[in-house]
Amino acid sequence: MGHLTYGESKALATKTILILAVITVAEVLVALLGKGYLKEGFEMNGALLGGIMIIMSIVKAYLIIFEFMHMKYEIPGLVKSVLLPTLLLVWGAIAFTWEGAYWHNTRNKIKDKNEAPVQEVGMMADEYKIEQIG
Amino acid sequence: MATETIAHNDIHSEEAGWKGASRPFKASYGKLMMWYFLVSDAFTFAGFLIAYGSLRFSMPTWPVPDFVFSTFPGGIEHKPLLFVTVMTFILLASSFTMVRAVQEGHQENKRGVVKWMIFTIIGGLMFLSCQAWEWNKLIGEEHMTITENPFGTHVEAGEYLEGDGHHIEAGTTFKAGESYLIHKHDGEWHPIEFKVTEGPDAGMVKEQVKGPKAFGALFFFITGFHGFHVFSGVVIMLIVTVNAATGMYRKRKNGYEMIEKVGLYWHFVDLVWVFVFLLFYLL
Repeated sequence: MGHLTYGESKALATKTILILAVITVAEVLVALLGKGYLKEGFEMNGALLGGIMIIMSIVKAYLIIFEFMHMKYEIPGLVKSVLLPTLLLVWGAIAFTWEGAYWHNTRNKIKDKNEAPVQEVGMMADEYKIEQIG
Repeated sequence: MATETIAHNDIHSEEAGWKGASRPFKASYGKLMMWYFLVSDAFTFAGFLIAYGSLRFSMPTWPVPDFVFSTFPGGIEHKPLLFVTVMTFILLASSFTMVRAVQEGHQENKRGVVKWMIFTIIGGLMFLSCQAWEWNKLIGEEHMTITENPFGTHVEAGEYLEGDGHHIEAGTTFKAGESYLIHKHDGEWHPIEFKVTEGPDAGMVKEQVKGPKAFGALFFFITGFHGFHVFSGVVIMLIVTVNAATGMYRKRKNGYEMIEKVGLYWHFVDLVWVFVFLLFYLL
C-alpha cells in the first residue's frame, strides 16, 4: 500500500506467496533427503539439517510479517515496539533448550545410579567418623 | 466520518487527546492494539513451543515424526510429511487470499473483498478438516491421548520374536532409533517381544515400551491451541464478511480497515504454523 499501486502490490503478493511455496517445498525435500527417505546418499548430520530448516523457517516468518502483514510499510517505532520484545523469545528458546539438555544428563545419571549394583552399607557394622558425614 | 473529524481537531489540545486524536505510530487504535495482542499471543505460543523443545531435549528417546505422521487419507501409509505439507499449503494459500481481500478493500471494492474473504474462509475450514482427520487418526486408531503415548523408539538394534498383526512379523529386524507403534485391541495394549542383537544387552528378550507421555500432551495442546486460533479466525472472518457484504465497511470509508485487522490475525495464525510445522514435523 502507500507507495505501491494496486497492480504493483498485487504482483508483489503473488511473488511472495510463490517464494513461500518454494521454501516450503525446499524444506520438505531437504528433510526427506537429509533423513534418507527419498534417495540414499544425501544423509545429513542432524544439527546441520536442523540449522538449515530453522533458517528457512525464519525467512518464511520474515516474508509473512514484512510482506503479508505490511510491517515493511509501518513506521520504525511500531516495528521496534513489536519486534524487540519478541527478541526475548530467542533468549528463552536457547536458555530452555540448554536446560532441557541438562535434564537429559540428570535423567541418565539417575538411570545409571538406579541400575548400578547396590553397595552393602550397614548401620551396625560401619564406624562413622565425623569427616565422612560432614 | 469519525476519522475526518479527528484529523481536523487540534491534536495538541487536551480534550482532543482524550478523544483519541493522537495516533501513535501513525496507525489506528485498532490496528496498533491488534499488533500488541499478537505480540502477547506470540509469547503464549512461544511458551508452549519452548516447553516442547526443552522436554524433547530432556527425554532419552522421542518418537520419530516421520514415523508418527506418515499417513494420508485413502489408506496411504509410510509417506512422511506428505499430509502436513498439504495442510501447510492450504494455510499459505488462505494467507494469500487474505492479502488479496485486504488489497481489494483498499480499492473500496466490496465484491472483491467478499469474494476473497470467502476463499479465505474455505481455506480455514479445509485446514480444520485436515486437522480433524489427523486427530481422529491419532486418537481413534492409534490410541494416543494426553497421558498415553503408544509411539516408542528402540534404543538397541534387534529382531522381533512375534508379529503385531499389522506391519511387523516375527523375524523383522530393526535398528536403534527406529520408532514403533504399540497396538491396542479391545482396551488392552499389546506390546510385542523382541530379541536384542547388538550392544551390552545382546541376546536378551525385551518387550516394547511406550514412548514419553509428554509427546501426546504437547502435540494435542499445541496443535489444539493453534487449531482453536484457526477456528476463532474462521468465525471472525464469517462475521466481517457478512458485515462487508451488507456495506457496513463501505460506509466507514477507511479502506476496509476491519478486513486489514482480521488479516493481521489470520497471517499470525499462518506464522505460528510455520513454527509448529518446523518443530513437530520437520525436525
